[in-house]
Amino acid sequence: MSVKERDPLTGHQTTGHEWNGITELNTRVPRAVWFFIIVTHIWALVYWVLMPAWPLVNTYTRGLLGIDQQEQVEERVAAADATRGIWADQIAALPLDKIRDDTLLMAHVERTAPALFGDNCAACHGSRAKGGPGYPSLVDDAWLWGGDDETILETLRVGINSPHPDTRYAEMLAFGRDGMLDRDQIRVVADYVQSLAGLDSGASPERLEEGAALFADNCSSCHGEDGAGMQDLGAPNLTDNYWIYGGSDEALFETIYGGRQGWMPAWENRLTGAQRKLLAIYITSLADGGPQ
Amino acid sequence: MFRKILSPFARLFEFHARTHYRTERHSMALTLGIIVAAGVGGFVEIAPLFTIDETVEAAPDMRLYTPLEQAGRDIYIREGCYACHSQMIRTLQDEVDRYGPYSLAVESQYDHPMLWGSKRTGPDLARLGNKYSDDWHVRHLVDPRAVVPESVMPQYAFLLDTTLETESLPDRLAALRVVGVPYSDEQIANADVDARGQARPDTDAADGVSERYGDTTGIRQFDGQRDRVTEMDALVAYLQILGGLTDAAFENQPLGED
Repeated sequence: MSVKERDPLTGHQTTGHEWNGITELNTRVPRAVWFFIIVTHIWALVYWVLMPAWPLVNTYTRGLLGIDQQEQVEERVAAADATRGIWADQIAALPLDKIRDDTLLMAHVERTAPALFGDNCAACHGSRAKGGPGYPSLVDDAWLWGGDDETILETLRVGINSPHPDTRYAEMLAFGRDGMLDRDQIRVVADYVQSLAGLDSGASPERLEEGAALFADNCSSCHGEDGAGMQDLGAPNLTDNYWIYGGSDEALFETIYGGRQGWMPAWENRLTGAQRKLLAIYITSLADGGPQ
Repeated sequence: MFRKILSPFARLFEFHARTHYRTERHSMALTLGIIVAAGVGGFVEIAPLFTIDETVEAAPDMRLYTPLEQAGRDIYIREGCYACHSQMIRTLQDEVDRYGPYSLAVESQYDHPMLWGSKRTGPDLARLGNKYSDDWHVRHLVDPRAVVPESVMPQYAFLLDTTLETESLPDRLAALRVVGVPYSDEQIANADVDARGQARPDTDAADGVSERYGDTTGIRQFDGQRDRVTEMDALVAYLQILGGLTDAAFENQPLGED
């Protein structure tokens, strides 16, 4: 069993094992494999020196390049903020009307606001801002808390019924479930509300009169005696035939029976003041029949 | 070419061939060699943990998952939400622009297992908490296309009809304590009651939740149903706390002043 024995055909050494005259070649590791092993090891050495690599007892080697991805992203965000700052600072400082008059700033609004709206608002209000059952349309003329610039900015900042400490708060009481009105009374008052909005409820004048009395007793403190709503309380106008939860018999019954309490998130901690202003301008441009 | 480049290493190859040949013939030497080689791989994986105190930030305001949120987390895992949603905002400018401050390791301190993920068919959820209303989450889980027409997410309407199983929660919290989540004995003992109390604000059980988990804990009918505590309650409660266990990331990367 000589180790030095060589196979006459290939010239390789054999392992010395032999089975029925067949010997096993002791072929060397191919040179290409060695090449890549060595190259990768040299690369590893270079990497250890340049980049954060080895753990020490209570720290780690930082590497000659001193790269820190958290610092890198913070620098990039700061750089991007600085680039935007050229116009974003103006938007933050100016009142909305001044911004609307400035075509240069408005170009930035038109470029930036749709993306902000799509990422933050469209989930509820819809990509076309038309709202949906439970979520107000932003393109109609009806506003729960008011559609002037200051009010919209404040609503964006604190939200409605949100966990924000300054949040706007409003609740439609559950008149049916909490026993203030029985089922018949709810149907009567629903007919009256439909008549306020100019819908044909098919109710007799006596029934509407009864509904008016119930409305005056239960609803007028928030929705107003004429049903026109109170924006200070976030109580919707019932006479304009814009509905959040629907104006059908079923929808009105459900609203009056079980109450409603929507939730608009507060954006103060997610969006900067300039971003909220961009959105406010965008929303009001929609309400004026702007871009769809 | 290889021959030329490798020629300085010729002696090394010769040494390697000889040693390898010898070791192969001694079973104990071969076993030791395997142990050493595998040990190097193990050390490289374990060694970074020695510096964990240095690399993971401190978050003194870190709060625990309530039992209801933890139950929701288990549902999130059961339904495979992690297969399409990541929970880690990476250190990239566009991610920070879109989702908010990049995720810190400490934010996943009580996540067992962590759900960072790398697959995003849907958006990242690391800062989803309080971004949308409870009602939106319920509608969206019942029928995603009702609120987001272009969504490809499956429907999870059955969560609304499935009563939440809470009996095993004390055991589940106890198991988490073993791996380092600091639940107190009292919290573990009351996990069952607390889980139901958090979704029923009009009951006495709700008081225990704010007592044991803090006043800022969200105690609501997450699924809009008064009388039942469903799996929808648990999942929405969990989704609404995502990114809200600590403010460390926001303190680290405050929102621009403008």
